[in-house]
Amino acid sequence: MAFLELSGIQKRFGDVAAVQDFDLAAERGEFVSFLGPSGCGKTTTLRMIAGFERPTAGSIAIDGKDVTHQAPNQRNVGMVFQSYALFPNMNVASNIGFGLKIRKRPKADVDRRVAELLELIHLEGRGDRFPWQLSGGQQQRVALARALAIEPTVLLLDEPLSALDAKIRVALRHEIRQIQRQLGITTVYVTHDQEEALELSDRIVVMSEGRIEQIGTPFEIYNFPATSFVASFVGTLNAMDATIVDASAGRLSLAGHEIRTTSKLAGSAGSAVTIALRPEMIALTSPDGSNVVAVSPMKGMSGSNRLPGTVADIAFLGSVVRVRTTVGPDAIPVFVDTFNNPNLAVPAAGSPIVLGFPPEACLVLGRDVVPDRTDALAAAEAML
Amino acid sequence: MTETAFARNAQGAPPARPGRRFSLTWLGLVPFLVFSTLFLLIPTAYLIVGSFVDSTTGDVTLQNYARLTEGLQLNAYLTSIEISLVTALVGGIFGFLMAYAVISGGPRRLRGPLMTFSGVASNFAGIPLALAFVFTIGRTGLVTAFLAGLGINPYDGGFTIYSKIGLEIVYLYFQLPLMILIIAPAIDGLKREWREASENMGATTFQFWRYIALPILMPSLLGSMILLFGNAFGAQATAYQLTGGFINLVTILIGNQLTGDVLHNKGAGYALAMGMVAILGITLLAYQFLQRRSERWLR
Ligand SMILES: Nc1ncnc2c1ncn2[C@@H]1O[C@H](COP(=O)(O)OP(=O)(O)O)[C@@H](O)[C@H]1O
Ligand SMILES: [Mg+2]
Repeated sequence: MAFLELSGIQKRFGDVAAVQDFDLAAERGEFVSFLGPSGCGKTTTLRMIAGFERPTAGSIAIDGKDVTHQAPNQRNVGMVFQSYALFPNMNVASNIGFGLKIRKRPKADVDRRVAELLELIHLEGRGDRFPWQLSGGQQQRVALARALAIEPTVLLLDEPLSALDAKIRVALRHEIRQIQRQLGITTVYVTHDQEEALELSDRIVVMSEGRIEQIGTPFEIYNFPATSFVASFVGTLNAMDATIVDASAGRLSLAGHEIRTTSKLAGSAGSAVTIALRPEMIALTSPDGSNVVAVSPMKGMSGSNRLPGTVADIAFLGSVVRVRTTVGPDAIPVFVDTFNNPNLAVPAAGSPIVLGFPPEACLVLGRDVVPDRTDALAAAEAML
Repeated sequence: MTETAFARNAQGAPPARPGRRFSLTWLGLVPFLVFSTLFLLIPTAYLIVGSFVDSTTGDVTLQNYARLTEGLQLNAYLTSIEISLVTALVGGIFGFLMAYAVISGGPRRLRGPLMTFSGVASNFAGIPLALAFVFTIGRTGLVTAFLAGLGINPYDGGFTIYSKIGLEIVYLYFQLPLMILIIAPAIDGLKREWREASENMGATTFQFWRYIALPILMPSLLGSMILLFGNAFGAQATAYQLTGGFINLVTILIGNQLTGDVLHNKGAGYALAMGMVAILGITLLAYQFLQRRSERWLR
């Protein structure tokens, strides 16, 4: 049995179904993220684990114990809020020690634990500061220490970094991950920031409109999105309309050209599907092959699809150069990413270009169309 | 991500900077300055000077201040302080409880009407308020008559509206709504997350109030009650109309000293007023100090 189990969770607010059919089994020590756009039910689910909301249906168990109907102050889970929620009338040490004081621990024990935690969050000697004397990043670190002080069974974080500026956000993100690893605490982390989820998580639960779209490792979520929602929400994606030519042979027609995919196709010839290509999976060469602008990391897997196109414009994103091309008579936009290097011969806007990608890179999207994960995963892993 | 990558170079032009011109905006302050000179500074100066002058001889004296500790004046201060303290405490506590019930517990629809009513009621004072109470729970008032009809005439039990307790009840009519008005922002400032964070760490509702909510609200609560104290201390017309000057309040005694027939000693009246100014000044300073402290917390 998993350490944290949510089974058949549903939550309604009046007529609004905030969360539906939510099943999750997290192992002890696992770092799980809930990722999805605003309003998709992440916070509601987290609050049900903390006990602030009662599920309309379903059950929640922590370490084999059903806590569905337990009051929040009986659960011993730690929660970190987006707004820090430090008690303004208490200094840092009292904030951190609050849970232990409630548990009537001897003062000496509380002081020792507070000192330990201050060290963990790199705020040694700041115990007598008040929250309003700290920066946002420091306040959130104190909130984290406060949640950890009670040695919770599960640590819950609700968009803890979204009120901070970019630089502190990245630094604190690493700190959270490192502390979580060090303590081995089972963690649920809510975010709408895919970068955060990809970097921090052991597994990601991608949510949309109160439902789970996909649960998987960052690698799986990024490379093998189960639904078009996941594919478009995580990472940059080129989504294009294509029609099926021969489903069993994986043949499609895109912008007047025939391409192949290794994804399973469901549907008869002539039916429409949406295909997805990651910008970094596409090779870009001049029509005569003399200038190789971008190489596909999946190159040479099982032949290559070729699509003629035109360069529209170029954007330097630092380490990555993003080329916007258009293909076909309708000028469908396709982004191609390549690593920057000083020898890169960037084609001029308007020049003809050829896009190449292996069938494995061509994902077919749809709620019910799951890419053939086993083949492609094996191939992708062989490539690493 | 995809969309923004190419929208990068579309930067807005910097906003035009307004030219440095000679500003006439201070002219707007003139009416205020004229007003405060005429109605605040000059009377205050008059008061200060008058309090050091012997009304009969016109000599400079400290006698007016020395008399403040004598029976009549001392008694007036004590009565005023007692009534102000009682109505500030009772109005403060019940006003807070009502405001808290409506803001965080009760139906949201009640909030608007309660605030509007409080705005009106907290300004309902003076002669109309006194008369309203005389007509309802005065000796022959409507409510008194009704209760008497049921066989429970409060006046039989020794109660009278024309007494200290009566006056306190009347004062509560504006003290309670005033408390509701001034404590509401502080209650709004109590974040839901504080309660949840405390629950999350194992605290009960009682512990949340004991360790977090009350300490956070305390400066606002004390500050608001201090304001209520000053509000009651300064009231005059209500008490005068209700008890005909029978209850010896500072404000009423000042009136008697300045214009009365029996007592007539302008200098003593001015000194009494100076004492009142000092008390109100201290309450205002205390209010500001506490207010600043809670603002820092509730930010
Ligand atoms: N207390 C509530 N009452 C009514 N509707 C709510 C309440 N809390 C959340 N919702 C609704 O539930 C949905 C999910 O909200 P939430 O869990 O906060 O989303 P997220 O955290 O992913 O942004 C939203 O449509 C929101 O409006
Ligand atoms: Mg949320």
